[in-house]
Amino acid sequence: MSLSRREFLKSSAAASAAAAVGMTVPAELEAAANSAEGGWRWDKAACRFCGTGCGIMMATKNGKIVAVKGDPAAPVNRGLNCIKGYFNAKIMYGADRLTKPLLRMDSHGNFDKHGKFAEISWKRAFDEMEKNIRKALKHGGPESVAVFASGQYTIMEGYAAQKMMKAGFRSNAIDPNARHCMASAVVGFYQTFGVDEPAGCYDDIELTDTVISWGSNMAEMHPILWSRVTDRKLSDPEHVKVVSIQTYTHRTSDLADTEILFSPNTDTALWNYVAREIVMRDDAEKIIDWDFVKQNLIFAAGPVNLGYGMRRANEKSLNPRRPDGSAGKYSAKEMQTINKEMSKVVSAKEGPALEPFGYKEGDTMKNTGGTLAHWEISFEEYKKSLEPYTLDYTAKIVKGDPDESLESFKAKLQQLADLYIEKGRKVVSFWTMGMNQHTRGTWDNTLAYNVHFLVNKQARPGAGAYSLTGQPSACGTAREVGTFTHRLPADMMVKNPTHRKMAEKKWMIPETTLNGVGKQHIMAIHRGIEDGLIKFAWVNVANAYQDSASASHWIKAAREMDNFIVTSDGYPGISAKVSDLILPSAMIYEKWGAYGNAERRTQHWRQQVLPVGDAMSDTWQWVELSKRFTVDDLWGAYAPSGPRKKPLSDVRKAAYAMGYSGDTTMYEILFANKIAQSYTLDQKDPVQEGYDNSEGYGDARNVVGSDGKVFEGYGFFIQKYLWEEYAAFTRGHGHDLAPFDVYQKVRGLKWPVVDGKETAWRFNVKYDPYAAKAVAKSGSTSEYAYYGTLAKALQHGTLTKKDKSSKKKSLANKAKIFARPYMDPPEMPDAEYDTWLATGRVLEHWHSGTMTMRVPELFRAVPEALCYMSPADAKAKGLRQGGRAWVESRRGRVKVRVETRGRNRPPRGLVFVPWFDEKVFINKVCLDATCPMSKQTDYKKCAVKIYKA
Amino acid sequence: MTRLWNKYRYLFFRRFTQIGLLVLYFGANAWGWTLLMGNLSASSILGIIPLSDPFAGLQMLAAGAVMATDLLIGMLLVSVFYLVVGGRAFCSWVCPINIITDAAALLRRKLGIDAIAKRQPASRNMRYWVLALSLVLSFILGVTAFEFISPISMLHRGIVFGLGFGWAAMFIIFIFDLFVLKNGWCGHVCPLGGFYSLVGKTSLIRVQHTVENCTACMKCKAVCPEGQVLHMINKQSLAVLSGECTNCARCIEVCDDDALGFSLRKFAKQQKRESNNESNK
Amino acid sequence: MSDRRKFILNMARGIGITALGGFVWSAYVDEAVASQLLLRPPGALKEVDFLKTCIKCGLCVEACPYDTLLLAKPGDNKPLGTPYFIPREIPCYMCPDIPCVPVCPTGALDESSVTTNGKLDINVAQMGVAVIDDSSCIAFWGIQCDACYRACPLLGEAISVVYEKNERTGKHAFLKPIVHTDVCTGCGLCEKACVTEKAAIFVLPREVALGKAGDYYIKGWDKEDDKRVKDAHAIKTKTRLSEKNSLDSLNDSGDLY
Repeated sequence: MSLSRREFLKSSAAASAAAAVGMTVPAELEAAANSAEGGWRWDKAACRFCGTGCGIMMATKNGKIVAVKGDPAAPVNRGLNCIKGYFNAKIMYGADRLTKPLLRMDSHGNFDKHGKFAEISWKRAFDEMEKNIRKALKHGGPESVAVFASGQYTIMEGYAAQKMMKAGFRSNAIDPNARHCMASAVVGFYQTFGVDEPAGCYDDIELTDTVISWGSNMAEMHPILWSRVTDRKLSDPEHVKVVSIQTYTHRTSDLADTEILFSPNTDTALWNYVAREIVMRDDAEKIIDWDFVKQNLIFAAGPVNLGYGMRRANEKSLNPRRPDGSAGKYSAKEMQTINKEMSKVVSAKEGPALEPFGYKEGDTMKNTGGTLAHWEISFEEYKKSLEPYTLDYTAKIVKGDPDESLESFKAKLQQLADLYIEKGRKVVSFWTMGMNQHTRGTWDNTLAYNVHFLVNKQARPGAGAYSLTGQPSACGTAREVGTFTHRLPADMMVKNPTHRKMAEKKWMIPETTLNGVGKQHIMAIHRGIEDGLIKFAWVNVANAYQDSASASHWIKAAREMDNFIVTSDGYPGISAKVSDLILPSAMIYEKWGAYGNAERRTQHWRQQVLPVGDAMSDTWQWVELSKRFTVDDLWGAYAPSGPRKKPLSDVRKAAYAMGYSGDTTMYEILFANKIAQSYTLDQKDPVQEGYDNSEGYGDARNVVGSDGKVFEGYGFFIQKYLWEEYAAFTRGHGHDLAPFDVYQKVRGLKWPVVDGKETAWRFNVKYDPYAAKAVAKSGSTSEYAYYGTLAKALQHGTLTKKDKSSKKKSLANKAKIFARPYMDPPEMPDAEYDTWLATGRVLEHWHSGTMTMRVPELFRAVPEALCYMSPADAKAKGLRQGGRAWVESRRGRVKVRVETRGRNRPPRGLVFVPWFDEKVFINKVCLDATCPMSKQTDYKKCAVKIYKA
Repeated sequence: MTRLWNKYRYLFFRRFTQIGLLVLYFGANAWGWTLLMGNLSASSILGIIPLSDPFAGLQMLAAGAVMATDLLIGMLLVSVFYLVVGGRAFCSWVCPINIITDAAALLRRKLGIDAIAKRQPASRNMRYWVLALSLVLSFILGVTAFEFISPISMLHRGIVFGLGFGWAAMFIIFIFDLFVLKNGWCGHVCPLGGFYSLVGKTSLIRVQHTVENCTACMKCKAVCPEGQVLHMINKQSLAVLSGECTNCARCIEVCDDDALGFSLRKFAKQQKRESNNESNK
Repeated sequence: MSDRRKFILNMARGIGITALGGFVWSAYVDEAVASQLLLRPPGALKEVDFLKTCIKCGLCVEACPYDTLLLAKPGDNKPLGTPYFIPREIPCYMCPDIPCVPVCPTGALDESSVTTNGKLDINVAQMGVAVIDDSSCIAFWGIQCDACYRACPLLGEAISVVYEKNERTGKHAFLKPIVHTDVCTGCGLCEKACVTEKAAIFVLPREVALGKAGDYYIKGWDKEDDKRVKDAHAIKTKTRLSEKNSLDSLNDSGDLY
């Protein structure tokens, strides 16, 4: 734990830099948490919104949240908040809060897909769900039951949902909205390190000399982190440099010394240019630490003809193909873009970059569809892949502002490379959606690590490539719990039989119960509904029908096809509107919970108040649903279905052998088993004392539950049970989480928490006990150990192909540098659709706005989504500042108000429209192309035309 | 039916123009019509032709404002118009207050208040005092003094842009006219009426009395809001030459004997006779 | 009573009533005109001249595409019939073609004051000026807000953000908004956007909100400021010490000796 003296001095102001903080809790703060004074009570919690993970305190009075304050003890924010956090006390009490289950019914009270919503009982709601799940299972097996999950689930909710889906229904068709947010980062981590999540922590900001923001408007999207960057800049304005690398000018550029505006998608070329500078100048300048490289890294390549994650020709909804160019449910216009999924012609722009990979301009590239496959290559091969990125070529294709001179742009690129290369200069590269929402997002992520590795500025205090997350628990729930289709808790994979076995054992379910095919990611679920494969879908803590691109298709499929869509939500958003059944959900501070932020910090809170109306938590909804299904209902054999080409075995006999009977419910097995019952409710326990537990005890509202009787609680501490069972997966696997009770006292801990101490920098032997252990075990002298285990044995090959005869070589503790070229996105501006469209967020509103658009102050501040465009474009298109215009793509159009001034200032040829506003439904315009490896949608690029409305 | 029409046709046309204008103004504000935008203080036809209230313009002049060209053109157009059709045609054909004061007058007749309070306690010349005062105050205060209290603008602005507490002023006028003073506001106080009386002194369109047909039923005098202008009834065939006549044509409608009708003034000669008459009074 | 006496009496009575009415009337007008913290449409003349010139026709109100402008109604306690706006409700969105100004028939909204180089230019409008109450502005608490800054149509020019270290946390910065009064048009988009319960940034008429440094000192470091010399003139100064002329002063030895 030895920081250098200089580093220590720097970080002492932050008071939290090293792991030295451990679990000590200032006594005064601990006391403050529990004291009830003057009729109100303060207790700690985490902010509801972004991935920064600010600590807050909630004041409760007469059973309602009345105020919020930043938690001065929270290391992330030290009592500060942004304006969304400032309104945490107001988000739960919107006038149109959902309070009762609602079902579409006809005049006789029967379910009717075209009926109007009317109030029903919880019992009726679960009756309908049960009926429709049974119908779906019969139709297409587990693959027909799907869940739109969330990076905003509490950890316990996500764990309960995943357990019931994967162990109960044996369905892997559960995928979170986090897929849209950081899937590319995840695959980038897996590919590079063999394990997920960032190496660094926020203390990097105080320790670095250089902050480079790639495709991230941190100033608006991570305001508290941005204020830390600002502070760092202020502390040494001459030395500390800030670079903003974006496709349009926004708030983050305000502080920047240099702003680089790049043409959409060319950030991959920019990274390769920097890598090329490092490699080509190495002979003369001795930049690369070859000892480090040889000890810790290998070079790798993979196929480039991966397509763009769009629908493929054999999919049901793309058939039949018609002579006019249309196909199935897709118009001829849409097919112009979708056809590129199957094959494309290499353009002049990408031609030079693809040459080392065996393609040149004019070639037709046959796309295979995404694969994660890759193989080891030599350094010389890697070097070959960088050769095209000369300053001339790079500047030509990357320059994003047509009005900027090429010379000044070139100077900036050189400056950028120099910052990375400068000896002794610490550099942190932050990125968010710009690099993740990208049809080559996984590549882009790995390219970032390339540069940091080559200059040995990775996983060191103040230096590293750092992927920031958008959602409050994208890390904590979606990634760590594994509510993705392909994942199990703690970095385990459904594909891996050993991992499945481990999970089956922990979950006390028969071997081979778990389904080994996890391919139903979020877009595959939408598409599966459109194809008629999925008949039951449940939206949890998300707004899947507002947040997905090509939205009209999915809404049409939900409303017009024979299926049953359920949405659990606090407010009536678009997803609720297109559903058949709506369940009122308890919101964040109405339940016990935990979130994990972007620096691996896990933070817990207690239930502060009772939910509004008859709303109940998502955990409760899942557990109640589990009561409706038995061993015999779910654990028989299933024929192949959807992506699963093999049958699922009948595990009922094995279940009987384990002591379950045919009518043992999933509730008894998964949620109310003996171990669960051992977590007792106890009002003398200081953790629980004085706090409600609506799931545990029921509550004063006497909500009539799923069996038609007043719900009186499960009788055990279910949240703690779910936490501890989940945490057991993490311990000993490099993800170690601390005991439940510990988190009730501390302001979060950065995992892995080993021997009671959190870990600030992973993979670094000095700070990470797992790295130290790995190095000790291997006898290496390296300062680093990339101990992730995924894809750590590779065959050999060249840039163009794998040598099939080569032997797999173990790469234990090594990370990878990938050769990956610049490639065009599938849809680019042309003569008709002449403008790039990028979407994103604004500081005032959270995602689809269901909460923040109901806070009057935030609504007043930004009541509608505007179309930000350059004044020159507006003039050329005959549009007026403040006037109305249509933004139209091949998929649809929305009416927007034109904004040519203000916070976002795109160069000519690009417009930005945020997506929070359901009245400006921009996802009807966006394209659902994804990174073919991560399946994350590229919301930053499609081609539109804009004309006066 | 025909009889009814004959009895009320001018009234109908007056109400039609009064309300029609308000509808046009209202539509301009509410739905963006462009035929007639603004209000009676100043407006614009199709965004091209300016019209403005010449009395408001005079107050501005008194207040010391710099007079814009559009304003001057607008004042001129409106003045010329009323020079032709009779100054106080504004009062009976355009001004929305007229509807209120007519209603008060009607109710007053029906309740028989006219019969009880025969003597009018105030002079109709009061309006010229108020007119003068408007200009003097405008000069002293440096603002358009009457425009700050004018119930006329209050009402038409109110109908187009929102009335606020303006209804109270309307109510007061109604009560004042009903109980305190017959034709109190329009016939005694309103300086705009006074202004248009002066403008209308020389206007072309006049009511003509034909004494040969008159049966002295005096219905015309009963309905006339400015009874003094009908001094010739049953005395001599003469045009109504006083500027205070509002050309409302109620006298024409109520006359069953065809003794009253519109005519163009026979200019020089009648004016002389009229002035003789006045001085003889 | 002779006609002559009657006439004189009538005159006197008329004058008396007129005087009384005039007194009440002028008192009302004076009151209505005096107080107001009113924000006028772009290009409005100085309040004194505006009240002289505005004919209260509402053409500007009708021209406004955002329903920003209102005409004062009885009960609004504002000069009756004159146009104004309340930025917290609907601010001025600063249309580049300023539709409200050219329609003014009387020049109360003066086109030349919002014209640069022969073209309408809303950026030079001076409807008011934004003022920040730094005790209730949450950015001054350290909250990452700057909603006003982002809402400003002249972002970075009329409102900019100053960075300041937050010594309490040791690792965050304050991002405090400041208003540049020379650029601020008073459109009120900041006041509308302000997220505090009652806006912590609000627009006041420039005459109310701004102080005035005398023209006898010019900023030596600012070329622009030289313009103020134009209005500078010699000022005869007088304090209590110097109020008497020197001779009187010299001859009045008081209790000096």
